[in-house]
Amino acid sequence: MSTEAKAARELMRIVIVGHVDHGKSTLVGRLFHETGSLPEGKYEAIKAMCERRGMPFEWAFLMDAFQSERDQGITIDTAQIWFKTSLRDYTIIDAPGHREFIKNMITGASSAEAALMLIDAGQGIQQQSRLHAFLLNLLGVKQIAVLVNKMDLVDFSEDRFAEISREYSSYLGSLGIKANYIIPLAARDGDNIVARSPRSPWYKGPTVIEALDSFRPAAPLSALPLRLPIQDVYKFDDRRILAGRIASGSLKVGDTLLFSPSNKTAKVSSIEAWSAPSRDIAEAGESVGLTLDEQLFIERGEMASHVDSAPVESHVFKAKLFWLSKTPLKLDATYRLRLQTRDVNVAVESITAVYDPESFTARPSDTVERNDIAEVILRSPALLSLDAAETHPKTGRFVLSDGRNILAGGTISLDGYPDERRLVTVRSSNITEVAHGITAPQRAQRNGHPGGVLWLTGLSGAGKSTIAMALEQELFRRGFQVFVLDGDNVRRGLSANLGFAPEDRAENIRRIGEVAALFAESGQVVITAFISPYRSDRDRARQALAKSLPSGPAAGGFHEIYVKADLATCEGRDPKGLYQKARAGEIAEFTGVSAPYEPPAQAELIIDTEKLNIAQAVALAVSYVEGHFRKVG
Amino acid sequence: MDHLDQLEAQSVYILREAFNRIEKLGMLWSLGKDSNVMVWLARKAFFGHVPFPVMHIDTEKKFPEMYLFRETYAKKWGLNLIVEKCPPVEATDPTLPPAARSAARKTLGLRDTIAKYGFTGIIAGIRRDEESVRAKERVFSPRGESGAWDFRDQPPEFWDYFNTDLPAGTHLRVHPLLSWTELDIWRYIQRESIPMVELYFARNGKRYRSLGDRDITSPVMSEAATIAEIIAELETTRAPERAGRAMDRETEDAFERLRAAGYM
Repeated sequence: MSTEAKAARELMRIVIVGHVDHGKSTLVGRLFHETGSLPEGKYEAIKAMCERRGMPFEWAFLMDAFQSERDQGITIDTAQIWFKTSLRDYTIIDAPGHREFIKNMITGASSAEAALMLIDAGQGIQQQSRLHAFLLNLLGVKQIAVLVNKMDLVDFSEDRFAEISREYSSYLGSLGIKANYIIPLAARDGDNIVARSPRSPWYKGPTVIEALDSFRPAAPLSALPLRLPIQDVYKFDDRRILAGRIASGSLKVGDTLLFSPSNKTAKVSSIEAWSAPSRDIAEAGESVGLTLDEQLFIERGEMASHVDSAPVESHVFKAKLFWLSKTPLKLDATYRLRLQTRDVNVAVESITAVYDPESFTARPSDTVERNDIAEVILRSPALLSLDAAETHPKTGRFVLSDGRNILAGGTISLDGYPDERRLVTVRSSNITEVAHGITAPQRAQRNGHPGGVLWLTGLSGAGKSTIAMALEQELFRRGFQVFVLDGDNVRRGLSANLGFAPEDRAENIRRIGEVAALFAESGQVVITAFISPYRSDRDRARQALAKSLPSGPAAGGFHEIYVKADLATCEGRDPKGLYQKARAGEIAEFTGVSAPYEPPAQAELIIDTEKLNIAQAVALAVSYVEGHFRKVG
Repeated sequence: MDHLDQLEAQSVYILREAFNRIEKLGMLWSLGKDSNVMVWLARKAFFGHVPFPVMHIDTEKKFPEMYLFRETYAKKWGLNLIVEKCPPVEATDPTLPPAARSAARKTLGLRDTIAKYGFTGIIAGIRRDEESVRAKERVFSPRGESGAWDFRDQPPEFWDYFNTDLPAGTHLRVHPLLSWTELDIWRYIQRESIPMVELYFARNGKRYRSLGDRDITSPVMSEAATIAEIIAELETTRAPERAGRAMDRETEDAFERLRAAGYM
């Protein structure tokens, strides 16, 4: 049947963006008129509205539905309207160009598959012409036609067109974007919209309609690894159904699914549906209901994937975001992170850069103002399942909220952060702990002090090893059972099979944490001297000790000692020439240079080696240890 | 997935978000084509169930065929049906034009119903292509104290992240059909064989394209007596869908004022 055939027509969503008054709404009106898509009576209605205001015919009134929009002559909120060419159907999204209404522009543009960017030939490139391109890139809209509008006002000057083309192409290039087309236009009169205009005989490229028809639909996400954010769990009848919309990839009955962050697995028993043929396969975009072969406790917010292509797990990640709230984003403030169906708190650990869309330069800052684009590091107390936006366009995006409204949108980068998944997985279940015949108090009694861990952390060159060795000597002299774990005695044996990738470094620190806990349990005061750049790794070492030597009078505890010196100082010292190599690119992922260092949030002791010499630093550490370890025995 | 599959999946996702995030949720059922599709989508989302009340805000001026449809399908579909009557026209804003005042009764009826049952979320079957003011709506749209819509300062909404939280004393409107067009609705009705009030199908050269109150709704000239014929008609027509709804066009801003005050 003919209607069936037409139901398969393709629909493409196009957003029209650009600086205020560069003619976006006018273009929409004209597109409709030229393609004969205008509803009956609409032209007459607009004409009447204009006559009432004593103004010439205004195409923008087609989309500017609010009276206040018509009265002020600007678009406030985004609108959508439908039209068709002989090739396919289009949803046209009109986005406001006023800086005041960026949040509405983003609302409109976020769902588009391609964009038309309007630039006024007379005014040339303006602030929003740049910002909108920047935002389109962040939103993931990659196909762009630049329309140089109001060419009639510059007498269709080929030179003026070339000048704007050059300047704008160069700006787009700095963002890593290349416009698909640049078209000269006089939207009000319809030049180069449907038919090539005789007023621009020098222009040989496509018309707006031809450009639209040449855009490709968004690539299907089915080819990517499976991601199914769990939206809800239903028990309307005897079935227990996990509901969610597949964000990417595909799944079939019998597949083993891994749920993150709970790290549980189960097989898909069935794909449930009502009033639809039964199926045993489902793919990206579908809203599905699954039953599992095991009754797992799974909640909203878990992410289902296949076992061998799971998301990365981390407490912390780097993000590029656009801030939409009137209240600025602040360093150390806590927000709600919405990651698909997950909803958890995150704190802003650092603001690494705020971009200036005018000049495309970045500057550091303590706050991010409304409509700014910034790069930040976000940390959550909960373990997050993360995908990088670059490889996972759908699940690599998040929003921040204040518990009411969306404040920001952003994309995830995982550069430099380790996958923590295997570090937290319970390794073996058939181990029974053997109770020791000798108790911790007995050991503390014999040694004259309890066992414990002095965990030194800091940048390379801050002075950790120097302090550790001197401290060991002095404590030994004072009768302590003391031992230093450092890179040499650990990397040679215990961690000989590990490299220096973020995951390997995290695993190395995990092992050191466990070994330090065992030494401490044996009654020793253990000093560790590792950069240990990730806060989560150090927290895990603290937990390892808490498990083997629970707090009490016979437990010396875990003491995080921040050996503090800033990057410039450490780089100036550079005792092993490592910074020089890192700067030259000879060492990848070097902490402080090409990989992050996360200073302790609440160190038990800070030794500032910029202010103290070695003797003073050691004296400070010794008095600290005497104060904390000599209370018993 | 074809276009209808995508629309269905998106609407199901929205309904499931609403059901999960909103404590006291209800769905408006005007008995028209859009709200029948919406009830159908709810049954898709919740595997045959509609796990919240379905409300008919009754002006008592609907067509007899519509009341008959309501009684039949409320039972057949196992709906938890709430019927609430609207206040008289005298209670509406006297500065509105006459047909708009008549329509405004529904706004008041809805406001009273929300207060009576303590709803915090109302699912409504509006579509962007119906009317240019509706084209500016959000999927999750927060409403002020008396149900008013602050269209000048709407929250951002993107990447399928909806604003599902709200301060006390207000409610959310949820619009699962916002991206559907009239043609999509009929193609979906055809694909799913969803029952419809017979007034939509032509009799004696006339049919209703949009159903409202008897006194302010008029039929259009049409020979389309089957779903396939309606689809064929819509593919070529340039007449607007709500041409038969008097209240939309009495004055330039009549519909905008209705909606700002809380009309669906």
